[in-house]
Amino acid sequence: MDWYEFLFVIEVAVGGLLSGVMYSLVAIGFVLIYKTSGVLNFAQGAMVLFAALTFVSLVERGVPFALALVITLLIMGLLGLAIERTVLRPLANRSPMTLFMATLGLAWVIEGGAQLIWGTQVHALDLGISNAPFEIGGIFISNFDLVAAALALALVVVLTSFFRFTRTGLSFRAVADDTFAAIAIGLKLNRIQAAVWTAAGVVALVAGLLWGARLGVQFSLSLVVLKALPVLVLGGFDSVPGAIVAGLIIGASEKLAEVYLGPYVGGGIEGWFAYVVALAVLLIRPQGLFGRKITERF
Amino acid sequence: MTGLALSEPALQPERRSFASRIAPVTPVTASAAPALQLSGISLAFGGIRALKDVSFDVRPGEIRAVIGPNGAGKSSLVNVISGLYRADTGRIVLGGESFAHVPPGRLPGLGVARTFQNLALFPGLSVAENIASGLVFRRPAFAWLPFLPASRREGRATAIRVREIAAFLGLEAHLPRLVSTLPFGLQKQVELARAMIADPRLLLLDEPMAGLTGTEKAAMAAHIRAIRDRLGLSVILIEHDIGVVMGLSDRIVVLDHGEVIADGRPDEVRRDPEVIRAYLGPDAAPLAGAA
Amino acid sequence: MSLAVEAPARPLLTGQRLAILALLALAFLGVPAFASPWTIEAILLPFLALSLAGLGLNLLTGYAGQVSLGSAAFMAVGAYAAFNIQLRLGLPLPLTFLFASTTAAAVGVIFGLPSLRLKGFYLAVSTLAAQFFLQWLFNKFGWFSNYSASGVISAPVLGFAGITFDSRESRYLLALTTVTLITIFVHRLVNGPARINLIAVRDNETAAKVIGVPVLRTKLAAFALSSAIIGIAGVLWSFTYLRTIEPEGFNLDRSFQILFIAIIGGLATLRGAFLGAGLIVVFPLLLSRGSAWIFDGGLDAGSVQLTQRIVLGATIVTFLILEPNGLSSILDRVTARVRSLMGRT
Repeated sequence: MDWYEFLFVIEVAVGGLLSGVMYSLVAIGFVLIYKTSGVLNFAQGAMVLFAALTFVSLVERGVPFALALVITLLIMGLLGLAIERTVLRPLANRSPMTLFMATLGLAWVIEGGAQLIWGTQVHALDLGISNAPFEIGGIFISNFDLVAAALALALVVVLTSFFRFTRTGLSFRAVADDTFAAIAIGLKLNRIQAAVWTAAGVVALVAGLLWGARLGVQFSLSLVVLKALPVLVLGGFDSVPGAIVAGLIIGASEKLAEVYLGPYVGGGIEGWFAYVVALAVLLIRPQGLFGRKITERF
Repeated sequence: MTGLALSEPALQPERRSFASRIAPVTPVTASAAPALQLSGISLAFGGIRALKDVSFDVRPGEIRAVIGPNGAGKSSLVNVISGLYRADTGRIVLGGESFAHVPPGRLPGLGVARTFQNLALFPGLSVAENIASGLVFRRPAFAWLPFLPASRREGRATAIRVREIAAFLGLEAHLPRLVSTLPFGLQKQVELARAMIADPRLLLLDEPMAGLTGTEKAAMAAHIRAIRDRLGLSVILIEHDIGVVMGLSDRIVVLDHGEVIADGRPDEVRRDPEVIRAYLGPDAAPLAGAA
Repeated sequence: MSLAVEAPARPLLTGQRLAILALLALAFLGVPAFASPWTIEAILLPFLALSLAGLGLNLLTGYAGQVSLGSAAFMAVGAYAAFNIQLRLGLPLPLTFLFASTTAAAVGVIFGLPSLRLKGFYLAVSTLAAQFFLQWLFNKFGWFSNYSASGVISAPVLGFAGITFDSRESRYLLALTTVTLITIFVHRLVNGPARINLIAVRDNETAAKVIGVPVLRTKLAAFALSSAIIGIAGVLWSFTYLRTIEPEGFNLDRSFQILFIAIIGGLATLRGAFLGAGLIVVFPLLLSRGSAWIFDGGLDAGSVQLTQRIVLGATIVTFLILEPNGLSSILDRVTARVRSLMGRT
């Protein structure tokens, strides 16, 4: 391999890592809810679509950028609260699989609702981030990807410090660790769940804006869940660091495979390659890279 | 209890004949090869050492109690014997074979059956089906497919055997019911029936009395003794309640903090100062009546 | 076996059996004679194919407890296998069905392998690999669709023993016969010795392993049988209903649809698959008729479709909250009520 080829590999890998961060961003929304409610929230993708569509429609109707952001945030919070109240609470104490199926139904409702309200056409979303690539040491990096990655990392830092250092955050973790104990010491489970769903809505907004700016805001935005699922499986459903590391692994390996393996099989492998990577790892570590090891009691 | 003898040729186990084991159990001779031998079993979860160098044996036809306070490692021990946990060190000799880890799927073939501390029945099946599930391991290949004469034969033979066991434990009236609709005490007996149906040589009972009422405890104790007396199998009885096992067991192992602190006949164990300390604290008086 | 201890000699014609026989007579004789072409084409043919798919998934998810999100991919395997067997080998119809289902079973076992180590959501997500990989495979390699330029192939007319299944009624009868036979097989299977294996694995895998139920073999057998049945459902879907085959028809939405059929109908019941499929097929038709009537055609097709999606999603959530055991248990309650009313008079 000569030098230029080597640089090309690095460039592909870096591009992959950066888009991997975008996968992690969606995955974190899942992790938040899974940690506190034990639900794999399939509607997360629909929430991403809903957030982006609401924001872009507001902006198109002449609402200033900042105000649109605030309004969308409020709407996402309300949506999260509504979901918690109408779907999760009546289904408390039911099997995780039942809850998962309910979020599948929920995904259809939110997707349909978002498009019914705001229409089905594709909206361009300009966040004012330049998409021009720049060069570092012979490698071209997309400016947009870099900014997106930085934003995603900032979000992670905010979330992590929230969990570590605030009272509400600590009670989140208590609920995640032991729901019964948390109730026993008087934590208000409903309020915490509502807060988590709101937080997931906020994460959905950030993901929706970044993904929307890249792909255009349209129905297919809700399909980013399908990108996030293998990341979740690989990282473990209950681990924020896991979601990030797995996102990076999957982003990079997917891009490399696309470039080096794709041509041999006719391309288009990005739809399933991530799943194969995740599966291969899972066969060795069934609880994912960072998931809690399940110690069963008999 | 000769009614428990197998009447169907299809169900004859490949291992040594059932009839030879029905002989009434006479005082256990020390010379007989042990039904189970544990040597140097250690197990740790992360930093916590659940079992430290545990060794003891179980003689054929013996009721061997393993007692100890909560967290002493009793359940870990059963799970090591039944292969659900993998011991870090030590050997387990079962049915003439020596294992570092017993493959759980092979247990019935080795003549070992167990019950669980928290019921592990199949709520979606009837009582009869739950009991019958203990015989699935012996089913010939493909006998699960419908429309095969072999499947039908197997089904009939199993049904007969299920009735025998149910009659022995007084569960006949409940056979068609969904097992999850039974009261807890009866569910415990169904689990015992499931463990017994394949004529094990070694029965592991993980806290069979837990959650039972006084009357139910007495009935369960009677069942356990009857099973041993009539079938001559060995029983490992896990209990945290020291009173229950005193009258029931031949020899008792006492675990504390994962270590064997005493091993002997009930009256020896009862007087053992270590045991008294473990159970009642350092300043306690000897266990006067021991319940 | 259901281990009907002392199996009391049951009368040959119980009420339930009579009802089923009457229903079959109606389906085999009444429908071809009296049903409108629209009823057969738009309702009964998709209903039969989807019922069968629901039945296959129910075997895996309802009985063996393994959730799959990739059912549509196995329908595709069945459909493409049947197409290529007819095209390249020209085998008679029963053999085509047999080999198509065997192919689906083999693929099902491969994608069922992760179930030996993974559980719950980890397994559910891993079945998506089947969905995306197989859909990609049929799209990417022209061989599967005989290098058709558009990727959409028209399914050849099936024929056997001098009968060609070309007319609407004959396609209907072929589908009905297939579904009936497979349902009888599955009924015997889940009420026979296999019942214990399947439900033991579903209800308590650890206990199942310790008492010697062959857990791994049971799981793989469930994947194989379920995929084989869903594969046949794919054959019916493309050969008797749509009469075309294209990968897009077997996408993730179809997989979810089949999952919903199994859940809304009632897991671990056979009639649940039929009730669920009935609802999923008829409901959208009712909705579009209803909206046409309410809005007097004022709603465009796109909005109608979105509304359908919303209503269907909401229905699923409502069902899960109010009736977790599905339509099947509603039917149980209704028949019990009718019986007690009849008994009183």
